[in-house]
Amino acid sequence: MKRYYPVIILFITIVVIQILTFVTGKGYMLTQLTMSAYYVLVAVGLCMVMGYAGQISLGQAGFFAIGGYTTAFLTTIDFSDKAGTAIYKLLDTLGLLITKETLYGDTIMHMSPWVSLVSAVIIAGITAYLLGIPVLKLKGHYLAMATMGFGIIIYRLVLGTKIFGEADGISNVPSFTIFPGLELSGDFSTRISNYYIAWLLVIAAILLMVNLINSRVGRALRSLHGGEDASDAMGVDTARYKVIVFVIGAVFAALAGFFMTHYNGGIGPSEAGVGKSVRYVAIVAVGGMANIWGSLVMGLILNFLSLRGVFGHFDDAVFGVILVVMMMFMPEGFIRIAVYRDIKSFFHKILNRRKVEKIKLEHSHE
Amino acid sequence: MSPEQILQYIFAGITVGSIYAFVAIGYNIIYNTTGIINFAQGEFVMLGGMISFTLSKFMHLLPAIILAVLITAAIGGLIEIVFIRRMRKSSVLGMVVVTIGISILLREAALYIWDEQIRALSFFTGTEISSVNILGARISPQVLWVLGVTSIIVGGLYLFFKFTLTGQAMRACSENSRAAKLCGIKTDSMVNLSFMLSAGIGALGGCVVSPLTQTHYAMGTDLAIKGFIVAILGGLGNPIAAVAAGLILGLLESFSISILPMAYKDVISVIILLIILVVKPSGLFGSKQASSLKDF
Repeated sequence: MKRYYPVIILFITIVVIQILTFVTGKGYMLTQLTMSAYYVLVAVGLCMVMGYAGQISLGQAGFFAIGGYTTAFLTTIDFSDKAGTAIYKLLDTLGLLITKETLYGDTIMHMSPWVSLVSAVIIAGITAYLLGIPVLKLKGHYLAMATMGFGIIIYRLVLGTKIFGEADGISNVPSFTIFPGLELSGDFSTRISNYYIAWLLVIAAILLMVNLINSRVGRALRSLHGGEDASDAMGVDTARYKVIVFVIGAVFAALAGFFMTHYNGGIGPSEAGVGKSVRYVAIVAVGGMANIWGSLVMGLILNFLSLRGVFGHFDDAVFGVILVVMMMFMPEGFIRIAVYRDIKSFFHKILNRRKVEKIKLEHSHE
Repeated sequence: MSPEQILQYIFAGITVGSIYAFVAIGYNIIYNTTGIINFAQGEFVMLGGMISFTLSKFMHLLPAIILAVLITAAIGGLIEIVFIRRMRKSSVLGMVVVTIGISILLREAALYIWDEQIRALSFFTGTEISSVNILGARISPQVLWVLGVTSIIVGGLYLFFKFTLTGQAMRACSENSRAAKLCGIKTDSMVNLSFMLSAGIGALGGCVVSPLTQTHYAMGTDLAIKGFIVAILGGLGNPIAAVAAGLILGLLESFSISILPMAYKDVISVIILLIILVVKPSGLFGSKQASSLKDF
């Protein structure tokens, strides 16, 4: 039970933040908080790959894009003129076609987002599996470059392919009705419910990971990080576990991409860029690598500030500074108990010095 | 395709390949002395082009380029002292992250010092429309400059590493830095020298190709990736093989444009990287035995 306390605290915090924004009349902030939640989901998945399995991935934005573009592509094809085709009949009998009226009174039919949700997860999972088997045999620089290479391929493909909208991306992605009354969209009226959808998704992901970390798989992963050869020698199937974690991280990223695309109503190639992948790595690094809660808190803070435009022109520079400073001075991350201990002892020292000086002064007066 | 056209593609490929080779040589020099892949290598090329462009407004081209190379080399040395030296004991993962961070900082600094405009040095000889006729193909004289400088650098490096005491000391560091230290070689200054050397070479490359390919503050990332592909293709740690690999990749890219859309050009080279990494990580010219001893 104890392992769930932080999850409960997280849930309470989420509710408190929502109430605070409501009370103070800053409801508009929920939009950025919702988007941050989806980026946090990617970071949490990457935290598993980097922190627990010890494998760097500079291609996480590629998986995000796979999720986003899959749904954007599938749900924007108009089926109304394809009435006779086999795929139309199949989708129609399954009730997976949604009819809608456009602004100009034309009827369009598009695929249900449920289909694209399943497709996005499957495509991202299979891609990660096929990529992971050869690539995760590499280490260090080679692994970093290979995953970055994957990210670049995805970026170039979406940027250069006409059906993915080239530099414009895909817009007019329909909203996703999860069940009647609950809609995933960026519409003003659904802002609060969308905030909860996003964060409940993050909580679900974290519950899954907390359980995974404290299971046989989690112990195997930690041994992997500690020393791959040693855990190999103890009979841990290191290659298999690495691929499993890589696939989980990729699916998290694809889910985030899927939800974000429906929330924003579109996706552009910048979401697939290498810069985004580097950001996810930066967030996990600040969070302390093998620390889901660190990744969550730092992911929320940094993404929220970045989306609110607090960093202004220095947006990229801030993430660069974070990467360098964290790795040089705090490779264990910012969110950890030792830091508080250091801060505490630092203040103790200052206070004590004052006391000592006071005593000295008093003595000299005598 | 007519023979002249093929020749034209070959020259274009060799030019692009030479740029990649410049970056790859830089990777190799630093890798040899430290075991680090410096992801900021592409930024040195950008800095070379940018600084020489600014300086060329105040002086002749030649002193501007020399000064730009020296300044960039100093920046490289400074980066080593400030960042890399403290990180010596950290993991490969940490090094990857730090050098990526440094590359972002250099890029952002360039954006604020200059701006997002594309700049180009003036042509060394002639103008953008002057051309030389070689066997029917018409090429810019700047291409000959690029090829000339590349050959001089490769030859110079070969002589430096083979015959000078400093070069031999640097090679000793790459063989076994502990043993080198015991022999009285100042390994710290050798590492520093390797950063200065590769920054300087990158900057020189940036100056020579600037009239042809232009200089942009964000050009470093693409170059870093292409340079890495070339370094791996040739076998990590072998600067001379990097030139051959650079030419191969340049030619492949230039001919791929005639078959595939331009937008997919980068996809091809990245796929080559993935194939090489999986099938033969020691590279085309590297020995399998030697690479299995290295710690990646």
